[in-house]
Amino acid sequence: MKRLLLALVLLSAFACQAKEAVPDAADPAIEKRMIALSENLRCLVCQNESLAASQAELALDLKQEIREMMKKGESDKEIVAYLVHRYGDFVLYKPPVKSTTLLLWYGPFLFLGIGLVVLFFTIKKRHNQITETPLSRDEEQRAQSLLEHK
Amino acid sequence: MKAKFVIPLALFLVLVVFLGIGLRLNPREVPSPLIGKPAPQFQLTDVHDPSKVFSSRDMLGKVWLLNVYASWCESCRDEHPLLVAFSGKRLVPIVGLDYKDKPEDARKWLDQMGNPYELSVSDLDGRVGINYGVYGVPETYVIDKSGIIRDKIIGPVTTKSLDERVIPLVKELSQ
Repeated sequence: MKRLLLALVLLSAFACQAKEAVPDAADPAIEKRMIALSENLRCLVCQNESLAASQAELALDLKQEIREMMKKGESDKEIVAYLVHRYGDFVLYKPPVKSTTLLLWYGPFLFLGIGLVVLFFTIKKRHNQITETPLSRDEEQRAQSLLEHK
Repeated sequence: MKAKFVIPLALFLVLVVFLGIGLRLNPREVPSPLIGKPAPQFQLTDVHDPSKVFSSRDMLGKVWLLNVYASWCESCRDEHPLLVAFSGKRLVPIVGLDYKDKPEDARKWLDQMGNPYELSVSDLDGRVGINYGVYGVPETYVIDKSGIIRDKIIGPVTTKSLDERVIPLVKELSQ
């Protein structure tokens, strides 16, 4: 059963990696945790790929590093801090909220707010332009007669 | 002209400017968080003499460059002649970090291409590279007298980056 599970993990995660031997993949729990964590990290070599998906040399090294850190019992937070210390926030697919990323995080709400303000004033302006002009007595009679004749 | 036309035109121009700036940025140049921080310590063996151990502490008190290279690296071939010429000026010692490379290949390569390095050391498993946040060889670090990283050039150095960034910084730090 254990062997089967291992084979499955290996097959699913490394299906595209035919010749590369995967050291330390023997622990499926760590492997699973490593992949879950590295899916949220960016590979710096091929920037549109996650660390989990990347087969770049550096990504393989970093994944090995992550496995070893996990074996030593370090938390995901500590591992992420280790990578951010070296490569910056750029490795995170979800950048932290701080002064330099405020516009990134809250920019859309800012634009939504601007849009709502513009919409409010446009509607108000249009409302002012529509002036109510009630029908005169003659017009009313004509309208009434037209409606009745139908 | 009415505001009705001017406002969208102005917004459009702002957008064009932003997109224009965006196109000129190099996405490969990720600002290093290590600038302004102490350079990670390392002890590695010499490429030419594996019995000799170099420690980054040996450079304390000096301004120096750490150039990450490898014999397998294509763009290192482009920058190498520039480094050789630059080292001829004797402005600043350059230490080579031979990243994930066989020392014998590196020796052969340095014999062929010239050796700009005061000394170069082997980072066989790339651990030191990881500590320095290396993600694309070649990379060049400017390190000051107290061992703080002051600048990092990602990718091959050019005459321009040497003249405009490295040389002025080295001169300033050496004072």
